[in-house]
Amino acid sequence: MSRVAVLAGGQSLERQVSLRSGVRVREALERLGHDVLAIDVGPDLVERLGAARADVAFVALHGRDGEDGTVQEILELVGIPYTGSGPSACIRCMDKVLAKHALRDGGLPTPEFYAFSQTAFESLGAAHALPAIEKRLEFPVVVKPAAQGSALGIRFAPTAEDVPAAIIAAFSYDTKVLLERHIAGRELAVSVLDGPEGPEALPVVEAIPRNGDRYDFEARYEIGRTEFVCPAELGDKTTLAAQALALATYRVLGCYGFARVDLMLAYGSGELTVLEANAIPGLTATSLLPQAAEAAGISFPAFVERVLDLALARSRT
Amino acid sequence: MTIDETPRGSGSGGESPGMARSRSTARDLERYAGLFARRTHGMKSSAMRDLMAITARPEIISLAGGLPDTSTFPAEDLAALMARVAANASARALQYGPTDGMGELKACIVQIMAAEGMDVGEDDLLVTTGGQQVIDLVCKTLIDPGDVIVAEGPTYPGAVPTFGAYEADVVQIEMDADGMRVDRLEETLDRLEREGRTPKFIYTVPTFQNPAGVTMALDRRRRLVRLAAERELLVLEDNPYGLLRYEGDPLPPLYALDRGEYVIYLGTFSKILSPGLRLGWTAAPGPVLEKLNLAKQGADLCSSTLGQHFVIEYFAQRNWRDLLDRLRALYRRRRDTMLDALAEHFPPEADWTRPGGGLFIWATLPDYIDTTDLLARALRERVAFVPGRAAYLDGRGGSSMRLNFSGAGESDLYEGVSRIGAVVDEQVRLYSTLTGVESAAPRRRAAARAERPESPGARILPLRRRTGGDR
Repeated sequence: MSRVAVLAGGQSLERQVSLRSGVRVREALERLGHDVLAIDVGPDLVERLGAARADVAFVALHGRDGEDGTVQEILELVGIPYTGSGPSACIRCMDKVLAKHALRDGGLPTPEFYAFSQTAFESLGAAHALPAIEKRLEFPVVVKPAAQGSALGIRFAPTAEDVPAAIIAAFSYDTKVLLERHIAGRELAVSVLDGPEGPEALPVVEAIPRNGDRYDFEARYEIGRTEFVCPAELGDKTTLAAQALALATYRVLGCYGFARVDLMLAYGSGELTVLEANAIPGLTATSLLPQAAEAAGISFPAFVERVLDLALARSRT
Repeated sequence: MTIDETPRGSGSGGESPGMARSRSTARDLERYAGLFARRTHGMKSSAMRDLMAITARPEIISLAGGLPDTSTFPAEDLAALMARVAANASARALQYGPTDGMGELKACIVQIMAAEGMDVGEDDLLVTTGGQQVIDLVCKTLIDPGDVIVAEGPTYPGAVPTFGAYEADVVQIEMDADGMRVDRLEETLDRLEREGRTPKFIYTVPTFQNPAGVTMALDRRRRLVRLAAERELLVLEDNPYGLLRYEGDPLPPLYALDRGEYVIYLGTFSKILSPGLRLGWTAAPGPVLEKLNLAKQGADLCSSTLGQHFVIEYFAQRNWRDLLDRLRALYRRRRDTMLDALAEHFPPEADWTRPGGGLFIWATLPDYIDTTDLLARALRERVAFVPGRAAYLDGRGGSSMRLNFSGAGESDLYEGVSRIGAVVDEQVRLYSTLTGVESAAPRRRAAARAERPESPGARILPLRRRTGGDR
C-alpha cells in the first residue's frame, strides 16, 4: 500500500476532462487499498506536495502544464516519483510540431506538414508562402494549434479562402500552428502500456463519428456522439502494422508508462500514418485507453496499479 | 449548471467539488447509456460548457455570467427580515405550502406586475422555483417531441438545454435593433404550416433581451400579439429585466396588450431582489395555468416556503422600489462604462448593441473570428464572455459574444473589455497579414470615438444578419 497523490484539474482548457479522469483514478486506487489524496493542481501545488508526504504521484492532468512536462519537472524537483512519461517525452508529445519532426527524423510516417509561429506571419512575411504550401498539401488542408490536446482549435479548410480564419482559430490556442495534409481514412487509436516485458500495444480502437465530423471536440467526450469499436475491425496484418507503428512512435518520442497514439488508415492505399501521441490520454469512463485495456483483459484498477508500479520502479533506477 | 448560473470560486487550490467522489462519474457511464431516455440525447455537455467552467475561476474577470449584483442588498436587512420570519411564522415557513404559491406572495407579485402596467388577479398566478422553472413547465405542458418552438435568434442560452430536453424543434427568428423581426416571424409561421410542422409557442424576451440587449418596438409587440390570436398560438413572454430600465419610457408588456389571452407571462424575483431565493412566477390563461400547476406538482410540489416568507416580509417592511432604484443606478453606470470601453478598445469592424436596460450587450465581430476559439485565447488573458453560439441551436452566432455588465465592478468591466479588445485586435491584424487586406483598426478608432453622439440611445447598431452556418 502506498500513499498516492492524484493530480488532476489544473488550469488547462481540459480541466473538466482531467477532473473526470482524476475521480476515476482515485476510486481505482482506493479500491486497491491505497491511501489517496486528491490534489486539484493550482498555485499551491509545490506546497501541497510538500505537505502530502506522498510516496508517489498519479498525474491525471491533460493539456497545458500537466501534459507538457511542467508538472513533471516540478515532481522531479521535489523528488516524488510520478506516473507516465518524463518531461522530455511530454514536451515532444504536447507539441505536435516537435512530435512530427521527431517522427519524420525517426523514419516514421506522418502526414506532410508545415509549421509557423505567429511571428513568422507578423515579421517574416510567411503569408506569402501560403499559396505554395496549399498547393503542396492540397485541399482540404487541416489546420491545428501545435499544443492543444483534444480537438479544440482544429479546423478543416476546404478552400484557400477558409485558411486565414482557420489559422486565426488555431492561434487562439497556441503561438505555433501547423498546416497538415488531410488524410481521408479511418481514425485509429492504439494505446501502449509498459510492463515487465517492455511496452506492449493494446487492441486497436476505431473511432467512428456518428455525425461524420471527425474533428469534433464535443463528440470525443460524450456518450453516443462517437461510436468506438474495440478491437477495431481490421485484418490481422493491418492490426499488427498499426500496433507496431504505435510502439515505434512510443519509443521514438521516449514515452514511459503509457501513452495513446492516434493514427490514420488511409482509404484506398491502406497506408498508416501517425497524427499525434498523447502522453496522458483521457482516463474517463468514455476514454479510449481504458477501453483498449479492458479489451486486453486489463481492468482499470489493474491498469492503474501497473502504472503506479512502473512509477516506483523508475524512481529506484 | 447553465451558462447563466456559473458559480464563482470553484477554482483550483484544494479539493474542488469536481474531485469529490461522485458515483455517476466514477462508474463506467457507458454501462448505463442503454438505460438513458431518448430525451437525454438532447442534453449535451459540451466543449463550450467545459470552457465556461474555467470562467468561474476567481482570477478571471468574468463578463460571462448573468449575475445580478447581490452585494447591494444590505446584510443587516437580510438578518432582520429572516429574524422576523423566524419569530412570526417559524412553523409555517418550515412547512410545505400550496403548489400555486402563498396568497400574500401573490399580492406582492400583483404589485410588481402593476408597476409595469399589467392588471392581474391572484388566481391567474402560479409561483415557481425561479423563472427557469416556467420555461421547463411550459415545455413539459406543451411540447411533444418534434413540436416547434419559435424563438429569437439569438435566444436566452439558459433556455437552450430546456428546449433540447423536451426534444423540441427550435426555429429561430432574426432580430434587429427593434427586437424580433415579426415580419420574418409571420413568413416563418406560414412556411411551417406549409411544411406541416406544429408550432406550439413563441418564446420571446421582448424587453432588454438576453443575450442581444435589444427591445421589441411597440408596433411589433402589437403585431405579435395579433398574430398569436389569429393563429391561436401561445406566446411565452420572458420578462426578467423590464424593471431594469436605465433610460427612455417603458413599453407595455405583451401580457398587457393581450390581456392574458394567448400570452403566458414569466416573471422573477431574481433580478429585482435575489436569484438565490429561486422564486419566479407565471401568469397564464386559466386552462394553461391548470396544467402548469399539475406539472409543477410533479416537479417539486411547491416552491420554497421559507423563501416566500422572506419575500413577503421584505415587501411588508421595506419599499421594494428603493433597492430597484439602487440597482438601476448601479447598472446604468456599469453599462455606460462597458459602452465606453467598447468604443475605446474594440476595432471598428465590430458592432455591438446599446441596451436601454437589462444586463447584456451583444457584440458581433468580423466573420473570420470565431468567438468560441477567441474565448480560449481570452481565458489566457484572464477574461471571459459567452460565445454567441450558446444562444443558437443551429450553429449560428459564431462571430458574436454576450457581454454582461451587471456582475463586475466598473474597473473590472473596463479592464475586461480592454483585454478582449486587445485579443480581437491581434486577430484582426493577423487576418490582414494573412490576406493582405488592410485593416481599418488603428486609425479609424479615434474617429469612431469622436463621432459618438452624446445623447444616449442615438447609436443603436443593428444586429448584423448572419446567414452562414457553422464553419
